[in-house]
Amino acid sequence: MTTQVDATSVATAIDVEAPVEHAFRVFTDGIGSWWNPSHHILEAELAEMVFEPYVGGHIIDRGTDGSECRWARVLAYDPPRLVCFSWDISLSWQLETDPAKTSEIEVTFTPDGPSRTRVVLTHRNLDRHGDGWESMRDAVKEGWSLDAFAAVAAA
Amino acid sequence: MLTALADPTRRAIFERLAESPSAVGELARELPVSRPAVSQHLKVLKEAGLVVDRPAGTRRVYSVDPAGIGTIRDYFEQFWQQALVRFRIAATQPTQEEE
Repeated sequence: MTTQVDATSVATAIDVEAPVEHAFRVFTDGIGSWWNPSHHILEAELAEMVFEPYVGGHIIDRGTDGSECRWARVLAYDPPRLVCFSWDISLSWQLETDPAKTSEIEVTFTPDGPSRTRVVLTHRNLDRHGDGWESMRDAVKEGWSLDAFAAVAAA
Repeated sequence: MLTALADPTRRAIFERLAESPSAVGELARELPVSRPAVSQHLKVLKEAGLVVDRPAGTRRVYSVDPAGIGTIRDYFEQFWQQALVRFRIAATQPTQEEE
């Protein structure tokens, strides 16, 4: 289920059959267990992902050649209810070093009973990435393809 | 709720327009879709902020919206939907400590 919040953000929610602490831990510490391994901007293949569990930490992709990409800054870390991180990747799929040109992702975890959690993810300030439609179009046609998304949406 | 690009026909129309701007008739000739259906799909894409149209003589030519915020939103919406489905699968796997 998806709710569009305003013109510059998107939100999506999912219910997970797991306690809130576990859901939070899998989302953060266990990010490498669910993140699509083809979704990275390293030259090399993705070897592992690290989620540094504190404000000021990063989400780090490590390549099989030892290279690193710190593509997100942890902006809020409040287990097991809230995590917020930046999206420091430009629309041309380069690391964005100017924080004013980055968007941010907030994820909330709300218990729905002892073994069920509602996860709501909001990606906001998308307009801060500025223009870049052409590169987004190329990416859609190549690596991070819409076909995969459509398959999931239709499932 | 499926997004504008989750429909395979609309995605085909959108990707075709990303290659070159076209009028309804051209799209209907090239794709296995009737002209009224193409018009309906274009309406949805336009409302989603993914395409724009302009008059060209007696026709209207459709192209992908260069401003692109609608496209970017649609992209990330589907990106995160897919990511959260993967997350749910991982979060409901038995953990090693429990095994």
